[in-house]
Amino acid sequence: MYKSWWKIAAVVLLIYTVIAGFLGPVPKLQLLGETIRNLYFHVCMWFAMMILFTISVVNAIKYLRGFQFKYDIYSRHYAIMAIVLGILGYSTGAIWAAFTWADPNSSILDNFKTIARDPKLIGAAIALLVYFAYLILRDSIQDIDKKARISAVYNIFAYAILFPSIWILPRILPSLHPGNEDNPALDVKNDISGNMRIVFYPAVIGWTLLAVWITTLKIRLTLLKEKKMMP
Amino acid sequence: MMKYLKKTTALFLMLLLSAASIAQDKDVSVADTMRSNGRIYVVVAVVLTILTGLILYLVRLDRKITKLEKESN
Repeated sequence: MYKSWWKIAAVVLLIYTVIAGFLGPVPKLQLLGETIRNLYFHVCMWFAMMILFTISVVNAIKYLRGFQFKYDIYSRHYAIMAIVLGILGYSTGAIWAAFTWADPNSSILDNFKTIARDPKLIGAAIALLVYFAYLILRDSIQDIDKKARISAVYNIFAYAILFPSIWILPRILPSLHPGNEDNPALDVKNDISGNMRIVFYPAVIGWTLLAVWITTLKIRLTLLKEKKMMP
Repeated sequence: MMKYLKKTTALFLMLLLSAASIAQDKDVSVADTMRSNGRIYVVVAVVLTILTGLILYLVRLDRKITKLEKESN
């Protein structure tokens, strides 16, 4: 197998995540209960998303430096996979919130009103919408060079928007989501125990590597297609 | 001959029934682990199966693309 050690690492880490994630010890927290195990899945989606958006913007800058077409393809596919991870993070968060933040005594609509106003959720939604616009912008330009150039510049702006919308803004405003005052959800004393860290960090690496693997497959397929069109 | 066959069938059935009753008295060790801890191990097994399926699919896709790349070179 050609240069595939990191794919094996991804598989091993994910299997470890599932086994240790379900069976490992977790602190007994009020309200959260066993759902704290979602840290290994829901939070990892956002971490992997952030890493993939970073790879995407790095490739966009690389494209702008030398106008090599392959970097544009890299940048696009990493952005798409990051958006997929973001959507997964958003929907898993919605499920988690429905059983922890929602008050079972009030109506569904009232619960929705409180949860939908949460600044962290709005911030994440803005970030994802900006990246949806990136895809729409790309596909609306016919000229290949123009498309690559404009979307690379837009990618940098979109990456810059990520920081206020998902890192800064939610921490200034009060939120139900953990990680407001301090480091997000990684406080050993209050949020997660040291036992959870030895599962959480491998889980982040495992999910990220899996996402990178899927992205490289798509990139290779696109490069093959380009090769066929322009021999 | 027919009588003999009937006898053996009956014997087998009785053996099976007794085996079933023994199994009820004393669970098999594998079943024991799988049923402990609120049956969380069953969830682990299910998720691992899905993960294995997805990864096998990815590996196959990877191999196919590698083959295509070799052909185009």
